Amino acid sequence: MIAAYLEIRDGKIKKSSLETLAEARRRAAELGVGTAAVMAGASVAGLAAAAFAAGAAKVYAIEDPALADYSAQAYAAALAGFAAEAKPAALFFSATAMGKDMAPRVAARLGVSLAADCTKVAVKDGALEFTRPIYAGKAILSVKLKTSPQLATLRPNVFPAGEPVEGGGEVVKMAAAVPEGAVKGRVVEVLKEETTELDVTEADVVISGGRGLKGPEAFALLRDMAAVFPRAAVGASRSAVDSGWIGHQHQVGQTGKTVSPQLYLAVGISGAIQHLAGMSSSKVIAAVNKDPEAPIFKVADYGIVGDLFEVVPKLTEELKKALKE
Amino acid sequence: MNILVFVKRVPDTESRIRIQREARGIVEEGLNFVISPYDEYAVEEALRLKEAQGGAVRVVSVGRDEAAAVLRKTLAMGADEAFLVKDDAPEAYDGLRTARIIARAVERKFAGADLLLFGKQSVGADNSQVPAMAAELLGLPQATVVTKLTVEGGAATALREIEGGTEKVSLSLPAVVSAQKGLNEPRYETLRGIMAAKKKPVPVITLEELGFGPGEPSPGLEVTGLDAPAARQAGKVLQGDPAETARELARLLRDEAKVI
Repeated sequence: MIAAYLEIRDGKIKKSSLETLAEARRRAAELGVGTAAVMAGASVAGLAAAAFAAGAAKVYAIEDPALADYSAQAYAAALAGFAAEAKPAALFFSATAMGKDMAPRVAARLGVSLAADCTKVAVKDGALEFTRPIYAGKAILSVKLKTSPQLATLRPNVFPAGEPVEGGGEVVKMAAAVPEGAVKGRVVEVLKEETTELDVTEADVVISGGRGLKGPEAFALLRDMAAVFPRAAVGASRSAVDSGWIGHQHQVGQTGKTVSPQLYLAVGISGAIQHLAGMSSSKVIAAVNKDPEAPIFKVADYGIVGDLFEVVPKLTEELKKALKE
Repeated sequence: MNILVFVKRVPDTESRIRIQREARGIVEEGLNFVISPYDEYAVEEALRLKEAQGGAVRVVSVGRDEAAAVLRKTLAMGADEAFLVKDDAPEAYDGLRTARIIARAVERKFAGADLLLFGKQSVGADNSQVPAMAAELLGLPQATVVTKLTVEGGAATALREIEGGTEKVSLSLPAVVSAQKGLNEPRYETLRGIMAAKKKPVPVITLEELGFGPGEPSPGLEVTGLDAPAARQAGKVLQGDPAETARELARLLRDEAKVI
């Protein structure tokens, strides 16, 4: 069986987890094995129906009051306990903040290696092969894991979510094997950002600004454009972040975030290799820059050579119209 | 405060990476190597904690002899001691192998540390897994991708980045913390620091000293391919009136690219 760990935020299964489950299901079908979902928390069995609808044939619900607040130690113990008991051939996590925090601990606890932040999973000679960008996408590495279960985190926004599935299945309730007194760290508070902006790693559309914006004020133009789309986020180049125009959590590039949206719009970004590394796996790239020689135009599918202060407000209006039609 | 910081030598982020497909490795010749950028935040945080609370900062790198250069940089920044755990094995892209070496080194050579600091990931293997794996192997709590750290008495509070927000993590020491951009602004080395760092020894610890046999620890994964990413082609470039080019781009994104 291939199991997908489903992450729950605000009482709902995260979109990236549904993508992970869909990929688990596709590869499981190819290998002729079953698909399971595993969830952990104080009370999670109520989300089983959503997991079945997303393609799980079986749902493992690890419930324990010790899992009410997230703790990497406690969750890793719970997931390792699940792996020891249910013996999945593979266990997939989303490469989210939580997935990247807990999956390595699960791996270390089980004594197995982990393929991190994968963008492709294939079956080769009856075994899973994991493909992942390294050097922020300047090179593409493929690996096979020699250890079992096969552990991987899958990059959000890369794997298609599945079609809804009718019917249900078996819910297996499990207790967490969290040793008393062994948990020495936990989340005590979650502070939300005041804006409702999505993170650049989760958005379908990323609109990024660079040095050409000349200051923090012009990011308002990009936010206006982002507001036109249902799932858009504002990104930035390293120089814009280092100039203090926008927070580092927006930075796209080798020392920022690697993104793979449907549409990446680079505004006033010249296209330094550091930046290109973080965004070149976007499905479609568009750029607005006044310099026709800017390297960004060598990778962009579409470009406008012009003054961004004139072009961007007009483009926002045109996009609004195009989306309405 | 007895602080350990783990650093890695990586290609400069402005480098072009060339690939040797048959050897399944990258061409190192002509590459400029630096300390992994996130590790610099870890070193800086350790130095600030020491300056505020006293104690010692020791820096460790697992790698080949060449890694001594990044260790010297940390000495020049102000670290008290630096150690090279000599590992001649080629890059295996296996975080567990590195975490096993680090955990063993901590147990056998650096017992009694209050805080283990790492960068959130090396810019290269991009695994983001060694800090959490080392924490698990050592039975320590963790806070990864940290943008603010407060240490008081035997406990620490860390803010860590999550999608659309921040988590506040409470830890009892000893603990593992991995640094994210925003944690601090790393200092530059001073000329005096650089001169002093040249004179300091960088002791070498062998894998045998850590109790590993020949070929141990072996990687848990097999590299089956290493390729350059698919090259992107330059596309349509529109020039002229801002209103017209904006209208045309919106049309192309909707009708041709079908992304909106």
